[in-house]
Amino acid sequence: MLKDITLGQYFPGDSAIHRMDPRMKLILTIVYIVGVFMVSNLPGYLLALAFLYLVVRISGIQFSYLVKGVKPLRFIILFTFVLNLFFVQGETPILSLGFFTLTKEALDNAIYFALRLVFLVMGTSVLTLTTSPVQLTDGLERLMRPLQRFHFPAHELAMMMTIALRFIPTLLEETDKIQKAQMARGADFESGNLIARAKAMIPLLVPLFVSAFRRANDLAMAMEARCYRGGDHRTRLRELKYTKLDAIGALAMAAFLFVVVLEGRLLG
Amino acid sequence: MAKPEENRIIASTLSYAYPDAEKNAVSGVTMRVRNGEFLAILGHNGSGKSTLAKLFNALYVPTEGNVWVCGLDTRDDDLVFDIRQHAGMVFQNPDNQIVATVVEEDVAFGLENNGVEPGEIRVRIDEALKAVNMTRYAKKAPHMLSGGQKQRVAIAGVLAMKPDVIILDESTAMLDPSGRAEVMNTVHRLNKEEGISVVIITHYMGEAATADYVIVMDEGRIAMSGTPREVFTQVDAVRELGLDVPPMTDLAHMLRADGLDVRADVLTVDEMVEEVCRLSSSI
Repeated sequence: MLKDITLGQYFPGDSAIHRMDPRMKLILTIVYIVGVFMVSNLPGYLLALAFLYLVVRISGIQFSYLVKGVKPLRFIILFTFVLNLFFVQGETPILSLGFFTLTKEALDNAIYFALRLVFLVMGTSVLTLTTSPVQLTDGLERLMRPLQRFHFPAHELAMMMTIALRFIPTLLEETDKIQKAQMARGADFESGNLIARAKAMIPLLVPLFVSAFRRANDLAMAMEARCYRGGDHRTRLRELKYTKLDAIGALAMAAFLFVVVLEGRLLG
Repeated sequence: MAKPEENRIIASTLSYAYPDAEKNAVSGVTMRVRNGEFLAILGHNGSGKSTLAKLFNALYVPTEGNVWVCGLDTRDDDLVFDIRQHAGMVFQNPDNQIVATVVEEDVAFGLENNGVEPGEIRVRIDEALKAVNMTRYAKKAPHMLSGGQKQRVAIAGVLAMKPDVIILDESTAMLDPSGRAEVMNTVHRLNKEEGISVVIITHYMGEAATADYVIVMDEGRIAMSGTPREVFTQVDAVRELGLDVPPMTDLAHMLRADGLDVRADVLTVDEMVEEVCRLSSSI
């Protein structure tokens, strides 16, 4: 269930995209998403797709990987699509069914919104597939650092993300262990209706939470013992550096954005 | 008492009570850890041995008495981080003390906290991982390692800070026998080759038997102390404190009870073999 979502899964590699600075990748991903949201005609989306495809080819990841990442979100996308069909007001009706009239504007809007969501997921997937979680949190911390001036807890957030990432496999393993222990004692997690199944989760969740709190306590003690004292005066093993690759990436993205805007102006 | 530079840790009439607790968890303990010494602290559950370990690392501040780590008083708030660099601590649960998602990043954690330069961090990580034989796993995710390997990573994390004392708070308790041997071998090697003092808190008598000096805790006080030989030959006294003696000492004790003339202070299998050979040749 959890393992199907590409978001947050790293695909190790040594391509130009992999070697780019995580900060640059984060910024470019945001720029790309903004670009995609500015597009409002089909040729524009073809351009966005072509650009994404190019990036994916360079990174050496299979494109089907990205498509698989969209799959778990198909209901949300479908829901947005239908919602847009119904609620967008338009002038040129194409179909009339009793009280409901489907207009061209509504259909266009619905398609564009669905496409934007697809590109949003695929774009961020490229980021997380080519950037290790450690690099990603590093990049985030570095990008948010200027905000610390306004007492924004950038270091603390990054630290929490790292710890969360570190403990996901440990807690998954533990969940599995508890589940088996409860099943050995006759617990039934699979049958019954939704409410019965939700109730069956209690004997799983309570021990899991108790143990998570104990782990947090232990970890805090261990971090203190190793001189942890927040983000001030802290150095890092790996200092991030922008390279030529990042400049090329930024240029490519700028070119994409330019073409998208130009195309929007020309084709309306 | 000896000169301070010969002692890594000195505790003087040390007492500690947990907040809201009626009884002291540690009361009136006076002891020291010498330079290069391998010290074992024994005791059953709740005897105060873990609390004592946390007092050595300034995680707890004494309610009465003092602890000096390399001459630094743990009561002084400004010295806390210096003390924690001098006295590194390895905990019981290997999963709950690894912070980062990559082995080498975790080893770097303490150094990053202390603001060491990135170049220097690199050098120290490589040294530390080499010292615990984990260089091959530098880029691995911690959750892919065995318990013994995780504990060795934790030791490397402490080692990278170049400590004078390493305190292992029941660090082998959750490991299987091979993991336990891995950790003990590593710690003994560091003690011998690098001259780092080691304090192990344990309830495995076999581990205590390999130490230079043993302290047995009971009800927060020091009940017995001496070399392993001195302590474990008092089989009945040790049993009374709810502890076992090392298996070979136990065997020697039983043989003597049956009237066989073996030494009472046998600790290891090798010594027992020697004794038995001596006996059989004399028959």
